[in-house]
Amino acid sequence: MSLAILLGVQALTGIATLVLISIGLSVIFGMMRVVNIAHGEFIMLGGYATVLATQAGVNVWMAIFVVAPVTVGLIGVVVERCFIRFFYGRLVDTLLATWGLSLVIIGTTTAAFGNRNAAVAVDTGFTTIGGFRFSAYSLILIAVAVLVLAAIAGVLRFTRAGLVARATMQNATMAATLGYNPARIYMVTFGIGSALAGLAGGLLAPLSGVTPLMGTVFIGQAFITVVTGGAAVVSGTTLAAMLLGSVNDGTTVWLDPVAGDVALLAVAIVLLRLMPQGLTGRFFRNSL
Amino acid sequence: MVDFNAAGPAISGRPLKASRRLAIAAGLAALATPAVVRGATEPTLKIGGLYDLSGPFFFSGRQFSRMLRFAVDEVNAAGGLLGRQVEIVGPDAQTNMQLYSSLTQQLAMRDKVSAVFGGIASSAREVMRPILHRARIPYFWSVNYEGGVCDRNVFSNGTTPDQTMQKLLPYTTAKWGKKIYVLAADFVFGQTCALWAAKVAKDIGAEIVATDFFPLDATNFGVTIAKIQAAKPDMILSIIVGANNLSFYRQWAAAGMKDQIPIASTSFGGGGTEPTLLSPVESNGIVTSFGYYPAIDTPANKAFVQKVYGALGPPPEGAVLTEASVSTYEAFQMWVAAVKATNTTETAQVVQWLEGNRTFDLPSGANTIDPATHHNTRPVYIAALQDRAWKIEQAYPAQPPSALGAKCDLIKNPDETRQLTLVGP
Repeated sequence: MSLAILLGVQALTGIATLVLISIGLSVIFGMMRVVNIAHGEFIMLGGYATVLATQAGVNVWMAIFVVAPVTVGLIGVVVERCFIRFFYGRLVDTLLATWGLSLVIIGTTTAAFGNRNAAVAVDTGFTTIGGFRFSAYSLILIAVAVLVLAAIAGVLRFTRAGLVARATMQNATMAATLGYNPARIYMVTFGIGSALAGLAGGLLAPLSGVTPLMGTVFIGQAFITVVTGGAAVVSGTTLAAMLLGSVNDGTTVWLDPVAGDVALLAVAIVLLRLMPQGLTGRFFRNSL
Repeated sequence: MVDFNAAGPAISGRPLKASRRLAIAAGLAALATPAVVRGATEPTLKIGGLYDLSGPFFFSGRQFSRMLRFAVDEVNAAGGLLGRQVEIVGPDAQTNMQLYSSLTQQLAMRDKVSAVFGGIASSAREVMRPILHRARIPYFWSVNYEGGVCDRNVFSNGTTPDQTMQKLLPYTTAKWGKKIYVLAADFVFGQTCALWAAKVAKDIGAEIVATDFFPLDATNFGVTIAKIQAAKPDMILSIIVGANNLSFYRQWAAAGMKDQIPIASTSFGGGGTEPTLLSPVESNGIVTSFGYYPAIDTPANKAFVQKVYGALGPPPEGAVLTEASVSTYEAFQMWVAAVKATNTTETAQVVQWLEGNRTFDLPSGANTIDPATHHNTRPVYIAALQDRAWKIEQAYPAQPPSALGAKCDLIKNPDETRQLTLVGP
C-alpha cells in the first residue's frame, strides 16, 4: 500500500515536471502559434540564473521563484522585440530561427560558464511513507505545477487581461479593431511564457544540475506534450502531461526508464496520428 | 566589373587561356613549396593527440591532452627522443564523430605522425581504429572501456570491466550483502558492464535483483528510487555515466537513502569531476574500482603526483588524475621506451618490440603488455570516497587482461582487426 502511494507520488512528480517544462511553450504556442525551439535554452537560462543568484548569496527559494522567472522573462521580451516578432505567421521560418537562437544561447553560455555541471543545493529533507523514503522536493514540484495551472486558468478566465488575451488568441485582427495592440500582447505573452520556462529551470536545477546542454534534454518532451495537448493552454497541457507522464512512469516501474521513454514516444505518435490537432482539438474544445 | 570570359572554364565553357594556366600552375607550385622545404628540414618527431577540447567531453579531453603535453615536455626536457624534440599535433575533435574521422585522416596523411594517442568515447575509438590500422600508425588507446578490441595496431592500457568488476563485486558483496540492484547507462559501455556484472555475480553466488538501463540524458530518477526501495537490495551497482546521470546521486541523497543502501560503481569518478560536483553528504562512502588513484601509496606515484600538481596545478582547477588521464601519460612512456629500444619510430619495429613481454614501472604500478591481446596485466584498486578524496581500500597487482583474450590471439592472427563482445553471461 505504501509502495503504491510512493509510486503514485512519483508519477505525479513526473506529470508535474512535464507540466512545468511545457506550460511556457504552450502559452506561446497557444497565443501566437509560434514554436519556440529555444524554449529548452530558456529553461537552461532559468537554471543558470538560479545558480548565479544562489552563488551571490540570494536565498535559494527567492532565486528559484523570483530571480529565475523575472530574468528569463526579461530576456524573453528582448528576444521577442529584436527577433521573434519578424516571424509571426511564418511557421517554418520560426522553427529555423528559434533553432538558430538555441544554438547561439548554448554557445554563449558555454563560453561564459564552461561545460561543467553546476549544482544548486536545496535542503528540503525527505518524507517517509510506511518505511519508504522520498525527497520532499517532489511535493513542492507537484504543488507549484498545480498553482501555475490554476493561476493561468484564473487569469484567463477571471481577469480583463485574460479576456483580452483570449480574444487575441481567437481573432487578432478583431481585437486590434476593438482597440487592443496585438503586438504588445504578443510581447507580454512571450515574456510570460519565457518567465514560466525560467521558473521550470529554477525548479529543476536542484534535481538535474545545470549545464549548457540541459535544455536539449527537456525540449523534446516539452514539444511532444504541447503538440499532443493541442491549442488549449491549460487543459491541453494538463491532459497531455497526465497521459504521457503516467505512461512513462508506469512503463518505467514495470520495465525500465529506457522502455518508459519508448512508451511515451509511442503513445505520442499514436495520439497524433489519431488526433493531429492534439487532444484538445477533439476533446474539451474551446476550453482554456 | 568582373570579366566572366576570363574567370574560368566553369563559367564561360571555354578552355583556359595558356597564360591563365601558367599563372595557376605557378600559384600551386608556390603553395606546395613550403611543404617540400618543410619535409627536407624536419626537426621534430610528430605524434597525434586527438581529444575533445570542446563540447560535452571537453573536461576529460582537456585533462588527457594536458597529461600528454606533460609527458612530452618531460621527455623533451631530458633531451628529446632519438635526438629530436617531440611535437604533439593536437586538433580539437569537438566531441564530433565526423571530425574524428577527418582529423585522424589528417594526422595520418598530412602530418604523418609516428603514433596516435586519443579518442575518449568508444565510438570515437572505433572511428579512429580502422583509419590508423590502414595507415599503419600505432594507436594507443588509454581510456578504461568495455573491452574486446582485438587489433594488432592498437595498444589498450586502461582497465576493462572484467578486471575491475571481478574485484569490486566480491569485495562489496562480502562487506554489504549479496543482493545487487544494477543501474546502467544505456549504451555499449553500460550494457557491457551490466553483462560482466551478471557474469561475476553468478560466479560468486550473488543475486542481481534487477538491472535498470537509463538513457544518457535521464535526469528524473524518482521512480527508480522508489523501485529500488521496493526491491530491498543490499547494495547498488551504479554504471551510469555522464553529467545528467549524476543527478541520481543527488536525488538519492535528497530522498534520505544515502545511509540506507550503499553504492558501488565502476563508472563514478572516471571523469574526474564527480567528487567536486557532489557535496560530501551526497558522495561519501561510494566505493569504486579503477586502475589508478592519486592516493596510491608508492614512492614512485607520490613523486609523480607532486610533479604533475607542480606543473599543472592541483585539482580541481589544475590536473585531475583519473585512471584514464594517467594511462595517457603511461601509454606515452611505453611508446617512448619502444622507440628508444628499437632506435626508430617505424611501426612494425615498435609494435614488435612492445609485443616482447615488456613490463613497465609506471605511476599505477607494474604494467605488462600481453602480446596476444595488446591489453595490460596491470594493478587494480578499490577505493572509497571520503570528503571528496579517494581512500584506497584494496590493491590487486598484476591483474590479467580481458578474459576475452581467449578469443583474441594477435600472435596467431596478426591481421585481426575487430572488437569482440561478451554476449550473455
